[in-house]
Amino acid sequence: MSAVAFTGPSVMDIDAAKIRGAGSNVHFDKVSVAYGAHVVLHPLTLDIAPGEILAMIGPSGSGKTTALRAVAGFVRPASGRIRIGATDVTDLPPYERGLGMVVQNYALFPHMRVEDNVAFGLRAQGADKALIGERVKDALATVGMATFARRYPRELSGGQQQRVAIARALAVRPRVLLLDEPLSALDAQIRRNMVEEIARLHRSLPGLTILYVTHDQTEALTLADKIAIMRDGRVCSHGPTTELYRRPPNRFTAEFLGRANLLPVTVAEAAGPKGFATARHGDALLTSAGRDEKAGDKSLLCIRPQHLSLTADSEHTNRIVGTLREVHWQGELTHLVLDVDGTPLRVSATKLPMALPEPGTKVPLFFAPADTSLLPEDAGV
Amino acid sequence: MLVWSRSGRLLIWVLFALIFGVLFLAPLAVILLSSLADQWNGVLPNGFTTEHYTDVARGAAWNAVKASLVTGFLASALALVSGTWAALSLRLQGHALKRLLGLLFFIPSAVPSVSVGLGLLVAFSHPPLLLNGTIAIVMIAHFVLISAFTFGNVSAGLARLSPDFEQVASSLGARPAYRLWHVTLPLLAPYLVAAFGLSFALSMGELGATVMVYPPGWLTLPVSIFSLTDRGDIFAGAALTMILVASTLVLLLGLERITARATGS
Repeated sequence: MSAVAFTGPSVMDIDAAKIRGAGSNVHFDKVSVAYGAHVVLHPLTLDIAPGEILAMIGPSGSGKTTALRAVAGFVRPASGRIRIGATDVTDLPPYERGLGMVVQNYALFPHMRVEDNVAFGLRAQGADKALIGERVKDALATVGMATFARRYPRELSGGQQQRVAIARALAVRPRVLLLDEPLSALDAQIRRNMVEEIARLHRSLPGLTILYVTHDQTEALTLADKIAIMRDGRVCSHGPTTELYRRPPNRFTAEFLGRANLLPVTVAEAAGPKGFATARHGDALLTSAGRDEKAGDKSLLCIRPQHLSLTADSEHTNRIVGTLREVHWQGELTHLVLDVDGTPLRVSATKLPMALPEPGTKVPLFFAPADTSLLPEDAGV
Repeated sequence: MLVWSRSGRLLIWVLFALIFGVLFLAPLAVILLSSLADQWNGVLPNGFTTEHYTDVARGAAWNAVKASLVTGFLASALALVSGTWAALSLRLQGHALKRLLGLLFFIPSAVPSVSVGLGLLVAFSHPPLLLNGTIAIVMIAHFVLISAFTFGNVSAGLARLSPDFEQVASSLGARPAYRLWHVTLPLLAPYLVAAFGLSFALSMGELGATVMVYPPGWLTLPVSIFSLTDRGDIFAGAALTMILVASTLVLLLGLERITARATGS
C-alpha cells in the first residue's frame, strides 16, 4: 500500500493538551531485574521527561526490552521503584498503569475487525459507546486508516497493521506510549516511511511521552529527543541525541551509534578557550574538539565515516594518510576502508575523484576539527 | 516436492494407496458391506439389503445413538472446560510443577480403559460416593479417559500463542477475566474446537470402561455393537457401527466448519 501520512485530527490535538498536563514523566529509580541469580538489568536510574521520546538502543540481550517491560508491568523489578507521573506503578498490575503498547509483531487481535481492535482498550475500560465510536474514528484517522475500519488484520499489509496497532494504543489516551521494536518486522522502505510518520505523529501529540526500544540507530536518531545506550544490562551512555552523536562519551557509544572511527592519539595540547585541542598520531598533528584532556593523555579521536574526505578544502584542515584496502560502491554512497598505521578507518563518500586510487595505494584523508571529538582511551565501557 | 522422478512419484502413490486402502479403507469397507449384506458366504456378499438398518432402528439403536451423543457431548464439554482450565493454570506455574502435573493429567490415557472402569466401579460403589449404576459414572469414565487429550490440545495451542496478545490487551486496560474471554479464548478457539472434536470422537468409540460401568437403559453405541456381535448378530452390529461412524463424522465435519469460520480460513 502507498504510504499514508499520519494526519493528526482535532480530537487528538485537543487531547495533546490533556496529555501535556498529565505529568506523564517516567522515572526509573535504581530498578534492577533478575531471573534467579542472573541479573538482566542492573540498577537503572533514568528519567523520561513529559512529552519526550527516549530511545533505548543496544544489542540483543542488553536489557532494553526488559526495562520497557518493567514499565509495562510484565517484569517485576528485583529492586527499585518505577514512577509514572506522580504514581508509583511498581506494584500496579499492567492494566492499571494507563499505558499504550506497540510490539514488533503488531499483536492485532486476528478475530476482531480493525475498528474493534482499536476500540478494545476503551471497551475493556468500560468507556461509553458514543465515546468509543468517536475515539476509534479519530485514532484511525490519525494513522490514515479510517477507510480500513471494517477489515480484518489478515487483510492488511505489515505497514497498515502497524498503523492500526499505533491507533489502538493511542485510542486509550495513554500516559506513556511504549514502542517495543515496532518497525523491526517491516521492510526497509516501509520502515523509513513509518519512522517519518511516527515523528509527524509525535509532533501532533507533543505531550505524549514515548519510550522507544530499538536496535536500529537510524530510528533512534530520527525520532528520539534523548537516547540511552544499553549494554550488558547497564546504561552505558544517556543524553540528548545530537550531543550523544557528536560527542560520544565512550568507545561503545561511538561505535554503536553511527559506527565512528576511533584513531588512537596522544594529546599534544589541551583544549584552549575555543574548545579545540591538538593531538598527535604518528607524525600527524591533528586538531580536534576537546574536553578536559591534558597534554600527554592517551585518547581516541572520534570521527564519523561521512566526515572523512579524500579532498582538502578550507574546513577540512586535518590531514592523515592511510592505505586504501577496500572499496564498496552502494549507489548513492561509496564506502572505503583504509588502514592508518594498523587502525582501520571507514569512509563514506557521496562524491569521489573520477579516478579512484587502486587498493594498496597511499591516500590522504582530510577532516574538519569541528567534526571530531576526543574520548579517553580507557573509556571503553 | 521431495520426489522428482515420475516413476518415483507413481511408486509413492501406489504405496500410499496400498497402505491407506489396506489399513484404513478395507476394514471400513467390510463393515459397510456387512451392514448391507443379505448373506455373506463367499468373497463378497451374496446380495444386498437395508433390512439390518431397519432392524436396528426398530430396536434400541436410537436410544444407543442418543446415549452415545449425550455422553460424548457432556463428557467432552466437561473435559474441555477442565482441560482448558488446567492448561491455563499450569502455564503460570514453575517448570517442574508444570511438567509433573502435566504428566499426571496424561496417566489415565496410559492405563487400559477396562482398568479405569474397574477403578471407578470400586471407588464409587460405597457411600457417600455411590454412583454405581448411574449415568454419572459413565460420564466420569469418559471424562477421565478423554481429559488428557483436551489438556494436551489446549496446552499445545497455548504454547503457540504469542504472549504479546495478552500483554498488549493488559496494557490497554483489560483485566484478567476480560482478557481471557475476549482475547485468549477466541485465539484458542481452533484448538478448543479440535480438542472437543477429538474428545467427542474418542468418547463415541469408547468401550472398555463403559462396558464395566454402564447402567441398564444407558447402552452406548459401542456397548450395543459389542452386545450384538457377541450374540452373533454381525450384520446388525455392522449396521450400528455405520450409524456410529456417520454420527461421529457429521459432528466432526460440523466442528471443522466452525473452526474454519473462527479462523477465517
